Amino acid sequence: MSVLSITDMSIALPSGADRPFAVKDCSYEIAKGEILCVVGESGSGKSMTANALMGLLPEGVTVAKGTAEFGGKNILKVPEIEQRALRGDRIAMIFQEPMTALNPLMRIGEQIAEVFEAHKRHTPSERKARALDLVREVGLPDPEKIIRAYPFQLSGGQRQRAMIAMSLALEPELLIADEPTTALDVTTQAQILKLILDLRERRGMAVMFITHDFGVVAEIADRVIVMRHGEIVERGTATEVLENPQHDYTKRLLEAIPTGLVPQSVAVEKAPALEVRHLKKTYYTGGGLFRPRRDVRAIDDVSLTIAKGEVLGLVGESGSGKSTLGRAVVRLVTPDAGEILVGGTDMAALSENDLRAARHKVQMVFQDPYASLNPRQRVMRALTDGPMAKGVPKDAARARARELMETVGLGADAVDRFPHEFSGGQRQRIGIARALAMDPELIIADEAVSALDVSIQAQVLDLLRDLRRQFDLSILFITHDLRVAAQLCDRIAVMQRGKLVEIGPVSDVFLNPQHEYTQKLLAAVPGGGWGKAAE
Amino acid sequence: MSLWSRFATNRAAVAGLIVLIVVIIIAILAPVMFPKGPWAMVQRPFLAPFGTDGLPLGTDTLGRDVMAGLIYGARVSLLVGLVSTVMALLIGVPLGAVAGFYGGWVDEIAMRFTEFFQTIPNFALAIVLVAILEPSLTSITISIAIVSWPPVARLVRAEVMSVTRREYVDAARLAGLSNLHILTRQVLPNTVSPIIVMASLMVATAILLESSLSFLGLGDPNIMSWGYQIGAARTVIRSAWWLSFFPGVAIVLTVLALNLIGEGLNDALNPHLTRKGKS
Amino acid sequence: MAIAGTILGRLLKAALTLFAIAVLNFFLIHAAPGDPAAVLAGEAGAADEQMIADLRAQFGLDQPLYVQLYRYVGNILTLDLGYSFRQGAPVLDLILERLPATLILTLTAFWISLLAGVALGVAASARVGKFTDSLITGTALLFYATPLYWAALMAVLVFSVQLGWLPGFGYETVGSGYGGFDRAIDILKHLILPALTLGLFFMAVYMRMTRASMLEVAQQDFVKTARAKGLAPSVIRRRHILRNALLPVVTLAGLQAGQLVGGAVLTETVFAWPGIGRLMFESLAARDYNTILGVFLVSALMVIIFNIITDIVYRLIDPRIGQKA
Repeated sequence: MSVLSITDMSIALPSGADRPFAVKDCSYEIAKGEILCVVGESGSGKSMTANALMGLLPEGVTVAKGTAEFGGKNILKVPEIEQRALRGDRIAMIFQEPMTALNPLMRIGEQIAEVFEAHKRHTPSERKARALDLVREVGLPDPEKIIRAYPFQLSGGQRQRAMIAMSLALEPELLIADEPTTALDVTTQAQILKLILDLRERRGMAVMFITHDFGVVAEIADRVIVMRHGEIVERGTATEVLENPQHDYTKRLLEAIPTGLVPQSVAVEKAPALEVRHLKKTYYTGGGLFRPRRDVRAIDDVSLTIAKGEVLGLVGESGSGKSTLGRAVVRLVTPDAGEILVGGTDMAALSENDLRAARHKVQMVFQDPYASLNPRQRVMRALTDGPMAKGVPKDAARARARELMETVGLGADAVDRFPHEFSGGQRQRIGIARALAMDPELIIADEAVSALDVSIQAQVLDLLRDLRRQFDLSILFITHDLRVAAQLCDRIAVMQRGKLVEIGPVSDVFLNPQHEYTQKLLAAVPGGGWGKAAE
Repeated sequence: MSLWSRFATNRAAVAGLIVLIVVIIIAILAPVMFPKGPWAMVQRPFLAPFGTDGLPLGTDTLGRDVMAGLIYGARVSLLVGLVSTVMALLIGVPLGAVAGFYGGWVDEIAMRFTEFFQTIPNFALAIVLVAILEPSLTSITISIAIVSWPPVARLVRAEVMSVTRREYVDAARLAGLSNLHILTRQVLPNTVSPIIVMASLMVATAILLESSLSFLGLGDPNIMSWGYQIGAARTVIRSAWWLSFFPGVAIVLTVLALNLIGEGLNDALNPHLTRKGKS
Repeated sequence: MAIAGTILGRLLKAALTLFAIAVLNFFLIHAAPGDPAAVLAGEAGAADEQMIADLRAQFGLDQPLYVQLYRYVGNILTLDLGYSFRQGAPVLDLILERLPATLILTLTAFWISLLAGVALGVAASARVGKFTDSLITGTALLFYATPLYWAALMAVLVFSVQLGWLPGFGYETVGSGYGGFDRAIDILKHLILPALTLGLFFMAVYMRMTRASMLEVAQQDFVKTARAKGLAPSVIRRRHILRNALLPVVTLAGLQAGQLVGGAVLTETVFAWPGIGRLMFESLAARDYNTILGVFLVSALMVIIFNIITDIVYRLIDPRIGQKA
């Protein structure tokens, strides 16, 4: 008994796009009470399907052919007014970015009650009462207060709960969730996934869950569809697809996922590449004439060492201070107190001028491949500016740049191109080459693979592993993703609210976590159980 | 797509460019076309337009050729518009760049200063400045520059702030480059597009300001300008409408042309802002 | 509480700004060529000895510069704006007498331009790319390029001289003996052309801003959420898009206040509207610097007050301001 049945659906992109169809000849069904995961990397067309079902396709994008049977009607063909009647009532949708998906100027309660209003249900006071019930049902704290709050007063997870409350208002038969947990921290993600599973249980609604993350699939899916370039390449039950993938693409995607198989630490030399001692950094906000000053302890007395040739993973959720720590080590942030010893030099104590001369000792690979290269400079400039500033002759610097581009697998001739000619993964390679060009004693990789699709992520991680062997690199690898950390690192340090709560060899931290927070973090990793099963 | 071909897709902008080029040519050729200059009395006063050979736009209250005045007026408008905009950029760009790049108390002081100038009604300030410095081409240009730089400073500050936050600027710091090098080579080149767009609109505003000052009698007494022509004809509007009509049309056309060019540049230089419906 | 704090903060800032303008005025007088006392009295030679002696006393020109500054600023802060020798009256009295006319004119022009600008901007954005949009945008561009004073002259020419529909001169019919309601109607008739021509340029500004802002907000995620709820397009436009789109327009309206007051000088000149702008124009010809600077100061004060009001309005619309952690 299927709620939704899609047959031969194709969605045409406007002329001039990189391919004619966003989605091509797709057919699938979703049964009542079932969770179907639509999986794919960016550009696979997975979100377009959802938009088409909701009648929310961007301008210029049209349904070229096919039907979507829902409640006895082809909802791709019904007039806009009927489609509007379906939206929010029988089909509801939640989105990826909870921070921007709510109207900043309306109270949460008003925004939920609006769903009833749109479909002319209940009196205004009943609407308010029901909004309160919904807020309670999705587990938001202090419901009475929440419905009067504005979105900016809620955290990301709370906003996503509010979005879910809104989507549940009229008990839809189908809920479309478009990457609803991608923007959230891992512990919050776990809570939201659990909420969706609970609601499915209680309400018996069908869920179409769009995601790029096989961990989430393992956690939540009944059935799975894998999409690539707009076509379905694999389908089946969750167990079938995860444990016995047929298509090469699915296999590669699954292989690319760090499985939670914990590698044994490599023995490292004892001489430290980096020693951080009692580092502190506090940020003050507000403090205007009429506002109280607040302080956030971003780094709260942290000490750690990285041995020569070691990769230390620094993990934590957003706001844990892990990025601030990374930026303090390279002195993009000046710490309030403490020492940062790199090869005997205290980076924290250097004056502006001495610092400039010592900069080359620590280099950084950044998160955003689109913002980390100057769009107006050729790659050659990016790779030679630094070495030349520290006194390397121009010819030597240029020769080295070509050599490094070869090393990171882009070819020496690529130095003459501009950043926009490269893909995201390639840009990350350039970023790595730029860091290596300075012959640093330590590299900080700040979420260096987080913005990449999973298959690209795997390639960049492979490259880092190779380089590490080749150059005996010491790396501080900052990430929010425990699975990625496990793949590359020798030791793991866990941060929470500015404090270092646990540090130890990967196997110890993963298999026998001591701190309560580390345990919570590990438990929240989606697909954790499935990863272990594959061991 | 090249910059020009993107600009050329906006037909109104191309039309604006053509009008502007014509105005520039006329301004350059003025002494050739009217060697006697704009002040010479050529006929009896108050001749209506289209009536007399050689005087297509008629004569003014003192028997001067309206057409000649119009053509010489183009020189003043363009010159004041251009020079005052360059001066305003010379004040606003460095101030905004330093404020946005260094932040903290430098930013605080620079922005309080800018805000102060923005609070002062700018046309009133321009009047006061010209009146006190004695009306002349120089004082008019300086006054317009002084009242026009605050928006430049704010724009540049915002752009520099946003570029400075990008990771390639962090990378440049880590490369050991000096602040000056980072600001001038890494940051500022990435803020030129909006500055160019703003500058083209500022020339238009400066022309309006200059004509308004001249209208009030605060123009350089030795130089014929469109605003002066209208101001001098204000009291005879009932009997000689053409004296204020044609210079006004000239102003509207020139300013409109510059605004259209500004919009075209905006579309051509910031293509991501105009693309719609992407998701 | 938050709003009370805001007002207090803004008043403090306003006082500082006013103080700075007083200082600026002082240096402007000293920057003018010639003896400051002679400058203030009008052109040297035109003023008699007694006047100049009075002014010297007022400024204490024999005193060090900082004492002069202290006295001058002190005078201004106690609302002593000096004496107009040309008009034979204290500058403050001259201004206060003319201020109501300017307030009526600028406030009317402001509301007309804001309401019409927003309405047209919304209309254009709702039909983006269609004929209505092109028509509205094109007209706005034209107004945007038209000098205020020229629009005023042309309006006089057409509606007053040619058609005879509306008076093109003055604040009310002189010697009509109207009282009460009739007088109000008479003033209103006189007000129409000045207010409309002063408002045209600003209407174009607000229209362009509203249109751009509406289109930008329409692309945001929460609008998609609203559509996913099944709300009707008209509700989405009003409740979700417009409210958010108005925020930058309010900011702009505050910034434009200064221009509006400045523009009034031109409009009042053309229409012989007896406000402070006209007073400034008359003083220009008479080189009555004391009065010019006085009008300048008062118009700056008007802008400051206007900015405070905009700030409060902004806070009422946007819950995020002043509460962010």
